[in-house]
Amino acid sequence: MSDYNFAYLDEQTKRMIRRAILKGLAIPGYQVPFASREMPMPYGWGTGGVQVSAATLTPEDRLKVIDQGADDTTNAVSIRKFFERTAGVETTEDTASASVIQTRHRIPEAPLTEDQVLVYQVPIPEPLRFLEPSEIETRKMHALEDYGLMHVKLYEDIARHGQIATAYAYPVKVEGRYVMDPSPIPKFDNPKMSGMAAIQLFGAGREQRIYALPPYTQVVSLDFQDFPFEASKADAPCDLCGAEDSYLDEVIVDDAGGRMFVCSDTDYCRARRAAGHVGAQGKTEDAA
Amino acid sequence: MYVAVKGGERAIENAHGWLAEERRGETAVAELSVDQIREQMKLAVNRVMAEGSLYDPDLAALAIKQARGDLIEAIFLIRAYRTTLPRFGSTHAIDTGNMACIRRISATFKDAPGGQVLGPTFDYTHRLLDFKLAADGEVPPAPQAAPRKEPTPHITEFLNHEGLIQTEDASDETPPDLTREPMELPGSRALRLQALTRGDEGFVLGMAYSTQRGYARNHAFVGELRIGTVAVEMDIPELGFAIEIGEIEVTECETVNQFTGSKTEPPQFTRGYGLVFGQTERKAISMALVDRALRWRELGEDDMGAPAQDEEFVLYHSDNIQATGFLEHIKLPHYVDFQSELELVRRLRREAEGAGQEAAE
Repeated sequence: MSDYNFAYLDEQTKRMIRRAILKGLAIPGYQVPFASREMPMPYGWGTGGVQVSAATLTPEDRLKVIDQGADDTTNAVSIRKFFERTAGVETTEDTASASVIQTRHRIPEAPLTEDQVLVYQVPIPEPLRFLEPSEIETRKMHALEDYGLMHVKLYEDIARHGQIATAYAYPVKVEGRYVMDPSPIPKFDNPKMSGMAAIQLFGAGREQRIYALPPYTQVVSLDFQDFPFEASKADAPCDLCGAEDSYLDEVIVDDAGGRMFVCSDTDYCRARRAAGHVGAQGKTEDAA
Repeated sequence: MYVAVKGGERAIENAHGWLAEERRGETAVAELSVDQIREQMKLAVNRVMAEGSLYDPDLAALAIKQARGDLIEAIFLIRAYRTTLPRFGSTHAIDTGNMACIRRISATFKDAPGGQVLGPTFDYTHRLLDFKLAADGEVPPAPQAAPRKEPTPHITEFLNHEGLIQTEDASDETPPDLTREPMELPGSRALRLQALTRGDEGFVLGMAYSTQRGYARNHAFVGELRIGTVAVEMDIPELGFAIEIGEIEVTECETVNQFTGSKTEPPQFTRGYGLVFGQTERKAISMALVDRALRWRELGEDDMGAPAQDEEFVLYHSDNIQATGFLEHIKLPHYVDFQSELELVRRLRREAEGAGQEAAE
């Protein structure tokens, strides 16, 4: 494996990806086509994020990889090992000490800083895709800022369900211009995107698109004045660390309908327990 | 008591160990060699080379062995390897008119210069299981004849003499490379052909079949199907001229399609084209039919709204590596999204039940 270039991709490819990233940063929320490469992991498993990370990493970086908020989910382990092997960079589970964080489906609970880059894995970058299947058409709609279809969809949700029935991948508008897919993060995470100090990069490998948010970009979740956007989560504290402010996973604990709620961000939960916070079912041995 | 699930790393390693053991199978049975796969599973090797977009029978055979015979997985291995290879340049266009044919048939003319050569084909075999093969696969040598030395002309050229078939405009333009540039639509015919030749055999076959059953029917005859080896030539800058760097086996299919004319074109026959690595004739014929269906706009035909006419639909869904990756990613954890859906559905149900009770009262 040693005869691969640093971070797997050759320098020409990384340059091509960096150009797409820079273009994305210059036009926040715009989907930049890029010549996505076939990676040694399957399409749909983070190839876009991996390519963006590969083009972003330097030997001095410290990488964190999470999937569903956790560092030890199988695909996060696999991607972290890939970069350990091909880039030899230091890796960490500690959010604060990572310089590049690749994520699938979550934004870490702890606020990120200007010294960090958050790389999202994106399956379907086009927020209008399920309203209009044709890429030719949706590109036209973005160019013309024609987002009526999206507003009609949200309105129909309210008419039918009394609320907007989108729980994740909730569409946002960037700096009042492009409607953007935030990737399939729960809508709980949407407000964290706006005004974030870190650079946010989005890579969609199979769909060959990169988009980006420079630091402190305004990101607004679409809503109506009389039906304002609301970030939601399970109405419970974490059973391990007692956090009231973190997104929770529901875990089935027995076959009698018993369940508990735990932080989806495992590093956040670990740090809180290490600092002495204890939830309803949290015992000290869990912190080990 | 719940303890956060740890040990993903060890689970992955152990799973891979088990996979390797399963791949090897019963150790009392001799291990399969890459040479055996290359020589005796040749059509599988061909498919892996065609859809992997890499002509290398040894690597394709290795990929099939590593993939336990899962051809899409083998194609994936080849694709992932292919992207790491440097590009030295591009070759001259291959000249299929100079092909050393092992098979060459036409469904439109009973005989033509070059003759009908059946070659090593399953056609006309009776599909009866050969139980003898289970015990003994040795065969007597097949009869031989002196090979044809002169070039075998293309059948469609004969139609061209009369102006009966639409002429294709020659172009020296460098075709786009969909492995190096993002796909932009509408694409050129060169781009479409490129996507089709590496497209999934099953998908392209299904699309082609749908045109035969009436979804944008274009009534294709196999004008010619030829399989054989062609020389690959490349300009070497240091030499200042082209040299032959090797030869490849390809299958070429030209269909002749009925065409009653349109506002812009007189009544004449039109063509569909298929060219695929190796002996892969099902794929080459399918490709030609789909190519023809996708040409409706340039020929001034009606858009029937058929899937095979929809360039975006065909090109975005023909790649089995993209398709299988995205399809199979749904087995990755989706706890977070599912959790948010769970809460939404619970809330909607609560509200619906509340509304139902109010109505009852």
